[in-house]
Amino acid sequence: MSVKTLKINDQDVSAREDETILEIAHENNIFIPTLCYLEGLSVVGACRLCLVEVKGSPKLHPACATQVQEGMEVFTNTERLQKYRRMIIELLFTEGNHICAVCVSNGRCDLQYMAQRLGVDHSLFDYRSPYKTVDASHYRFGVDHNRCILCTRCVRVCDEIEGAHTWDVKGRGIDSHVITDLDTPWGSSETCTSCGKCIQVCPTGALFKKSKAVGEMEKEREFLPYLKTMREVR
Amino acid sequence: MLNYEELTEIGAAERAAAQQYQHRVSVCMSAGCLSSRSDQIKDALETHAAEKGLGKACQIKGVGCMGPCAAGPLVAVETDNVLYRNVKVEDVSDIVQSLGTRPVERLVMPTNTPFFSRQVKIVLENAGRIDPERIEDYIAAGGYKALFRVLTELMPVGVIAEITRSGLRGRGGAGYPTGLKWSTVAKAAATKKYVICNGDEGDPGAFMDRSVMEADPHRVLEGMAIAAYAVGADQGYIYIRAEYPLAIKRIEKAIRQAQKMGVLGKNIFGTPFSFSVDVRVGAGAFVCGEETALIASIEGRRGTPRPRPPYPAASGLWGYPTLINNVETFANVPTIIRNGSEWFSRIGTEKSKGTKVFALSGNIKNVGLIEVPMGIKLREIVFDIGGGIPDNRVFKAVQTGGPSGGCIPAEYLDVSVDYESLSQLGSIMGSGGMIVMDETSDMINVARYFMEFSMTESCGKCIPCRVGTAHLYDLLGKFVEGSATPNDLTLLEELCDMVRHTSLCGLGQSAPNPVLSTLHYFRQEYLDRIAAVSQNGAEHIVVGE
Repeated sequence: MSVKTLKINDQDVSAREDETILEIAHENNIFIPTLCYLEGLSVVGACRLCLVEVKGSPKLHPACATQVQEGMEVFTNTERLQKYRRMIIELLFTEGNHICAVCVSNGRCDLQYMAQRLGVDHSLFDYRSPYKTVDASHYRFGVDHNRCILCTRCVRVCDEIEGAHTWDVKGRGIDSHVITDLDTPWGSSETCTSCGKCIQVCPTGALFKKSKAVGEMEKEREFLPYLKTMREVR
Repeated sequence: MLNYEELTEIGAAERAAAQQYQHRVSVCMSAGCLSSRSDQIKDALETHAAEKGLGKACQIKGVGCMGPCAAGPLVAVETDNVLYRNVKVEDVSDIVQSLGTRPVERLVMPTNTPFFSRQVKIVLENAGRIDPERIEDYIAAGGYKALFRVLTELMPVGVIAEITRSGLRGRGGAGYPTGLKWSTVAKAAATKKYVICNGDEGDPGAFMDRSVMEADPHRVLEGMAIAAYAVGADQGYIYIRAEYPLAIKRIEKAIRQAQKMGVLGKNIFGTPFSFSVDVRVGAGAFVCGEETALIASIEGRRGTPRPRPPYPAASGLWGYPTLINNVETFANVPTIIRNGSEWFSRIGTEKSKGTKVFALSGNIKNVGLIEVPMGIKLREIVFDIGGGIPDNRVFKAVQTGGPSGGCIPAEYLDVSVDYESLSQLGSIMGSGGMIVMDETSDMINVARYFMEFSMTESCGKCIPCRVGTAHLYDLLGKFVEGSATPNDLTLLEELCDMVRHTSLCGLGQSAPNPVLSTLHYFRQEYLDRIAAVSQNGAEHIVVGE
């Protein structure tokens, strides 16, 4: 396997040819915001927060899904990218009903963190305030669709790691939402193993353990890189 | 095993059989005329002909789209060289009576008009002439000879060279060079390759691919088989949306006939080349016209796009190299092989070769299906072929490319219709929908209509398209209502820019086009709708928690 050298924000870095811009950026402590990406899960390139500019290319490239190339010059934090990223976060806040003050993930939320880190303190777009439901039929867990950002991490971890494929996406466009089994209550799911992996990978308070109060829902994600490494070793 | 002599014989026998008839009558049995019950007219023609004792002397066949759809149901009497329009069941006895004598004047549609004379037919050369449900009729029109020639005279590289030389470009909208696409798939090293025909046409106002599949299904199969030989594939899929039941039925019938005759299947024409085709029916998602979403759908997964690269040419259906072309692109191939690349490249402009099929609709006299050479002036399409605007109204704009395209206003009516010229004007060639609008059309409403389409057809995977199109729709709604603020105009433009540059696939990336294009050419309409705001316009800005 050959090694490539490239530049990220004028910093010289090296990479194996099968690595992505995002992996190399993380390795070199260069921050690129992400929401749908999670190490250990397949890449979907859906949140568009990790878009970067590549010199000589008119398009923006998702860092999570773009492999490195020799001599590539990547810019991860231009003014244009910052503007687009802030708008994406604004869109997410207006799409659902995100009330941090009463959320179990307050202070531990990836969406909240990204908003703070990218400097989003208000939205220029009207709040859509959609009608969304909560499914608390499972004996240990709950899903609050008001807080879901459709990153599909739960769908992927359930399918790829647990092998249950309880979660999937239903509907199209702005009506998309995650469902368990064939859109039946989670508590009655025959495929769910109650492993809780979906809870741990969920970036917001959409998936939570019952009996957690505001700000108490801490997510543990160490198992994912561990599993990934173990698979590679094997 | 079918050989060339047998193929020629089948064609000759079919032509000779047709000559036996004293009268040959064709009834359009494509979607438009069928919906005006042309099937009843065909039945009535048969009954009346039998009553008159013409049963043996009169051939009555169902054919595909003849073009002037708005004048349907259409009946052509080939032997008398006359075309009848708006035929009703009551008119049938008069038509049968007139066979071989003077035509029924009140029904005659003149065919010496620009609508017919200005068209150049390649893709539609058989449409409205042959019976789409009989492979023998296609063979009689020279069908499957191109496939025979390719398999027995040309190497795969030779086929690709021929297509490359012809200058054919993808007819799905983007205009990617077909020869280049084929050679990329041909060069990919793999044990298995696939050819996919994209028949998921879904733009509002577009019915080109539908008409081709309904009128001349074997042409598409032949094009696919030639492509499969060129790239080294042995399995093909035609992806047709479920909303086209007639196209599905005719393509399926065509596949069965072709397999039975031996022009599809194992060892075609006795050569080592084998190729089978299966139909996959889409569940009516517009986004499945995007190639990676289409592949996901064929694989049985949710039809959502994925980031490219890898492109399908390298890793497509089930991870194998896959060639995806549009229906019309494949339909061009047999004629290019038959007549040669040089002949084809003489038609059109320097960079856009051949013809393009357009579905002409909206505020125009001759609504229908047309095929014109590339480089024709838009004015000729609208005013000569299309016959102009009805009710003495004034032309305002043409929308091309559907929800991914833009509008072209009156001052650019003399634009040459080719890929580059249309995109310079902020529109696109698109797959061929062409909606003509007159002075009564409200351009913001038009933009909002297309945005509603993009919003409901967004798959919901990426945030800019899923949420951005919904906000764009709402913002446009404010302009329609007249409650917009200057701030809303800024937001509209910024959101368009963001959705265009950050969306995952072509649907989102091109969804703002109808807005950007109407903002560019009809900005005043937007400005007129901005509510009379107080000096302090900023009070309308919503500030979040």
